[in-house]
Amino acid sequence: MEFTCLSEGRGFYFPPCHILDICGFRVLLDCPMDLSSLTMFMPVPTDSFTMCNGEITSRSCQRSMDLDSNENKRRKINKPFDESSLIRAEPRYKIIKNLLLWDVSSIDVVLISSPMGILGLPFLTCNKDFSAKVYATEAAARFGQLMMEDLVTMHKEFRQVYGSEGSVSPQWMKWEELELLPSELKEIALGKDGSELAGWMSLYSAADVKDCMQKIQSLKYAEEVFYNGTLIIKAFASGLEIGTCNWSIICPKGSIAYLSSSVLTSATAMCFDYTSLQRNDVIIYADFTPCHASNKSSDDNNGPSTADPNLSVGNVDWEAIADDYQEMEKLDFICSCSMDSIKAGGSVLIPVGRIGMVLQLLERIALCLESQNLTFPIFIVSSVAEELMAYTNVIPEWLNKQRQDRLYSGQQLFNHLKLLNDKRLQLFPAIHSLKLLTNWKEPCIVFCPHWSLRLGPVVHLLRRWCRDENSILVMEEGVDSNLALLPFRPMKMKVLQCSFLSGMELQFSQHLLKTLQPRHVLFPEKLRQHVDLPKNLFSSSYYSEDETLNVPNLEENSELDIAVDLALQLHYTTLKQENIRVARLKGELALEQGKYRLLLRNDQVVSSQVRSAVHLGRIELDVLLTELRKNGLNITVEEIMSADGLHKTSLVHVLEPQKATIEITKAQTLICTANNDLACQISEVVSSLLDCI
Amino acid sequence: MAIECLVLGAGQEVGKSCVVVTINDKKIMFDCGMHMGYSDNRRYPDFSLISKSGDFNNSLTCIVVTHFHLDHIGALPYFTEVCGYNGPIYMTYPTKALAPLMLEDNRKVVDRRGEEEQFSSEQILECMKKVTAVDLKQTVQVDKDLQIRAYYAGHVLGAAMFYARVGDAAIVYTGDYNMTPDRHLGAAQIDRLQLDLVITESTYATTYRDSKYAREREFLKTVHKCVAGGGKVLIPTFALGRAQELCMLLDDYWEQMNLKVPIYFSAGLTLQANMYYKMLINWTSQKVKHTYATRNAFDFKHVCSFDRSLINAPGPCVLFATPGMISGGFSLEVFKQWAPYESNLITLPGYCVAGTIGHKLMSAKTPVRINIDKDTQIDVRCQIHQLSFSPHTDAKGILDLVKFLSPKNVILVHGEKPKIAKLKEKVQSELGIQCFDPANNETVSIPFTTHYEKVGASDALLRSTLSPNLKFLRKCSEQGSDFSDLDARTKPGLQVFDDRMAEGILMVQRNQKTKALHQDELMAMLGVESHEIKFANCCPVDIANSDTRNAFLSQPTVDKSFWLHLLFEKLSSKFPETSIQDCGEHLQIESFYVSVCTKEMCPHRTASLQCMPETVYFCCTWTIADEKLAWEIISVIKNLLLKEE
Repeated sequence: MEFTCLSEGRGFYFPPCHILDICGFRVLLDCPMDLSSLTMFMPVPTDSFTMCNGEITSRSCQRSMDLDSNENKRRKINKPFDESSLIRAEPRYKIIKNLLLWDVSSIDVVLISSPMGILGLPFLTCNKDFSAKVYATEAAARFGQLMMEDLVTMHKEFRQVYGSEGSVSPQWMKWEELELLPSELKEIALGKDGSELAGWMSLYSAADVKDCMQKIQSLKYAEEVFYNGTLIIKAFASGLEIGTCNWSIICPKGSIAYLSSSVLTSATAMCFDYTSLQRNDVIIYADFTPCHASNKSSDDNNGPSTADPNLSVGNVDWEAIADDYQEMEKLDFICSCSMDSIKAGGSVLIPVGRIGMVLQLLERIALCLESQNLTFPIFIVSSVAEELMAYTNVIPEWLNKQRQDRLYSGQQLFNHLKLLNDKRLQLFPAIHSLKLLTNWKEPCIVFCPHWSLRLGPVVHLLRRWCRDENSILVMEEGVDSNLALLPFRPMKMKVLQCSFLSGMELQFSQHLLKTLQPRHVLFPEKLRQHVDLPKNLFSSSYYSEDETLNVPNLEENSELDIAVDLALQLHYTTLKQENIRVARLKGELALEQGKYRLLLRNDQVVSSQVRSAVHLGRIELDVLLTELRKNGLNITVEEIMSADGLHKTSLVHVLEPQKATIEITKAQTLICTANNDLACQISEVVSSLLDCI
Repeated sequence: MAIECLVLGAGQEVGKSCVVVTINDKKIMFDCGMHMGYSDNRRYPDFSLISKSGDFNNSLTCIVVTHFHLDHIGALPYFTEVCGYNGPIYMTYPTKALAPLMLEDNRKVVDRRGEEEQFSSEQILECMKKVTAVDLKQTVQVDKDLQIRAYYAGHVLGAAMFYARVGDAAIVYTGDYNMTPDRHLGAAQIDRLQLDLVITESTYATTYRDSKYAREREFLKTVHKCVAGGGKVLIPTFALGRAQELCMLLDDYWEQMNLKVPIYFSAGLTLQANMYYKMLINWTSQKVKHTYATRNAFDFKHVCSFDRSLINAPGPCVLFATPGMISGGFSLEVFKQWAPYESNLITLPGYCVAGTIGHKLMSAKTPVRINIDKDTQIDVRCQIHQLSFSPHTDAKGILDLVKFLSPKNVILVHGEKPKIAKLKEKVQSELGIQCFDPANNETVSIPFTTHYEKVGASDALLRSTLSPNLKFLRKCSEQGSDFSDLDARTKPGLQVFDDRMAEGILMVQRNQKTKALHQDELMAMLGVESHEIKFANCCPVDIANSDTRNAFLSQPTVDKSFWLHLLFEKLSSKFPETSIQDCGEHLQIESFYVSVCTKEMCPHRTASLQCMPETVYFCCTWTIADEKLAWEIISVIKNLLLKEE
């Protein structure tokens, strides 16, 4: 078994991506794309922000003087780093460049752990060589599809402005242009070593998405699927989002669990099902959350750093760790900030891409408004808003216990249907839809895509409100806010940047690994120094990006079930040495539900006869002669050396009772006689000197 | 070792389904139903047969409930809250959501009839708290050894068949199921599983049904005719299942025909039930499921709630009212008002329990006078339409499912005795599967022997079995005969077999796991080499006085191939079952090689090494494996020139 980490990813929106070779099959774990690199591009131009380059450049030049602290660094490049540095072209999308190094046709299975892990998949499935079986949970597949469809719709706006780029590579991807990019952008475009340029793809089409979805086999949690009869694949809830999962793969040689970013208790999604991952031979630990959480600095005006992120984790009773509680506090904080803004006449813009978070915020903000008797409208602007709202109310099986209890007590799973009925919440497919134009009212609270602030309704609304100091933008941490907000400067609007729970704390993961009792753990090299994995409980190896690791510790032997009726027919012989009993085994090998089985075959058409006897060992001439004489044979011996003097052949001539010769070499005894009985007698003597199985 | 099935209910009858299956110390109770026809102690399964002492927690591993109908779940609160069972209970999400409504509804009916209450509302809720909801196909590990899994069964929303496995033993309990999709539910779906036992319902053990479509049209037409004539239609139903199906049917029809006549739902209960159906739309049929985003199929356009004051309001209408068999409640109240008028219509469900008004109407011919109770009589003049569609599979469906699953044994439950007996015959004769139809409180014991011995298998062994092992068989019998007949066409001259057998060595060593190895591995491990024992004999045949030889003597080309061919034909007729390969220079039969020896001095000649004139030598070699065959062939060679008698 071999394991290669293709990408460690970057947080919630860009999960890691790996390749696992197991039992002769190649498994791709997730296929995400890096949407944060969209920040390199200029957002879609609109009327108020014209494309008149010169004007904007001169204005922003002045502005940039007083804006940035690390001015000196930027001076190195003659051009100042500002809005004008951003690339004005139809954006391309960055997939994992390491994935391009692998032959698409060699992938047998793709496992999707989250809606984010599906976003890069159409790039693969549109390749005609792609033949892998894709598995994803039903909910992850559905949300993933909605995200991709929304992305395609939003991207259309660029096409309308820039026209279709055709098949030629765009101007900005030429080396001379890339050379001129400011270092910040250059790193996004090329990566640290300049290798990532290959990863830029022009976006797939709606047809590609449809085609991709048809290749996905959707699963329930804990549903068993058999790939090729050999691998048993199961998904278990990871608690991160609705439908996200960890994987368990069982093959005849052992079992592997793939542990993606997991959250113990979620306010919406089905909780992390770690008990089902217990006693796997190997655990691939792929939760990189602590790597990304280090960036705690926030440039918000009144950020939620007040909510202490390190409040939790005592090392006893980790079941009760209340990350749930902290999340509630964050949401409350966002709500109260939103209330302040809206009461002051500003609007609230929430371009958060996490479905679970949107659903929760929606409920809480509605509750806040209601409790304060405020009647400001809540809008969701997205091409898939309607579908999303309807879908989330018909999936109790994918939600946590509290939500399921609402089903049992006859309540809606989420309150948004009621909000919709009361017209307190309205859904618009696009910013220019007629319904929006007739129903728009400010101040308001708007949920809309996209968190990169480059695509979709958020661009238009941000331009509308960025100079309004009463309005507020809720952003997620992990996005480079300097870069993301660059086209909208100067920002008078308040920015609330907050981090949501995206995975496990390291302390928790240590406890978890002990509980899961694996025999071997694959752990990220990057997190190595932060944890102390118990060496006495399991062995561990550490992996980093772009490195292939050999995974030891799987069983040397595969498990084989021998049918009892076959086992009863076995004929055992005890070998001359080492007290070993052996039996010749013959049957039909079947691979059923991930198990090798040896069955007795009914039709013995072809091999009618039981092929018997392989003889092992060597004939000692002296012993043979003694034995032959004991049997009353009259013999003479002759030894012949081969021409090169290396091989010796012994010839035993039997004179009585009948004539025969026995030719003995190291590997063979040849008995020449015309007499049946004598041949039989001699062969019995020879056999008795050997092990016969 | 055996699988034991104790049938506590629905044995040779319909009602109080309950089967306790024991596999390797694991005891699973499938369904825990009540009998609607009794109000004494026959109403519940006789739980004392599970455990005399009443210690159900230790004697049962878990309970599995297939769907929310009372004859499958009605006794559950009694068993948990009164009998004190505290162990795990599994059912699907919709069953968990909808069962309390059914239980509560029934409790109220019992209450109204003034019978002793068996459990309270609180106890129903307490009971439901102990339930673990499962999704379809979700594999639930109940404990280390017991695995269960739900499969879609159609029938009602959330109905499931359950698969249970302990070690190598596996069974399926179907509950009620439907093999054809209906208006809102899909058909039952299950994987091909290796099963020792299938316990199936057999409500329609002897019925074969045609398409449902015609019967739906008939229902719609009857209703339409009635409202067109200004009549009122009363549809007594239970709150869940049938109500939604009929409502969907009517709502669609109203839309198509552009009808404006109001459709009413009597109680809040039924409207509330619609809400559950909306949230659980993923459990409906493929077609209905996809409506969730645009317009949820359970958002009925033409349906509104009913007010008591509307009973005698003028004009036509359609009313859904509970309970289904007009055994009391609101449906009875409306029935009393509407039944005397010829223009009105009452629809009856396919099955009514004896003693209910519904049952009386089924056999009646209008106009008729019916006793409601001691003091009340009603002249029924309205039309009566009996619904003839039922969400159970028919006999063909049962046989199809059993055939598809091909279990080693079948137990039939949930059906009337004579019908079940007929079906049992059919399963045994048509499918050749052992079949049982136990009565209540009987135990069926099924011997179970499919065991496997677990060993470790090496990679080399497994790999060696993967490569095809092609064998070519030439059918020799046709050779001499005429080729013109059909036989030659149907039997090709060469047959190719992929004889992929796993061949290896099983090695048992003290204190070590038994291993299956490839032969080469064993030799490498023991440090020994194989030693082949072979035989050789250069067999002389004197041809001096042979007719055959003389006949051909004139020809100079009489050579090796002639003799070999002669031998080939002889052997072919002598050993018709054996494959003989003619390789030109030599013949090969298994490990036996024979060629014509032209050597002056052949070491394999024993009689005389010197080549004798007028003698053809057949030089043979073989291995010890074919010793017996070899000597038989040699005797053929020796007698090569003897004429057959």
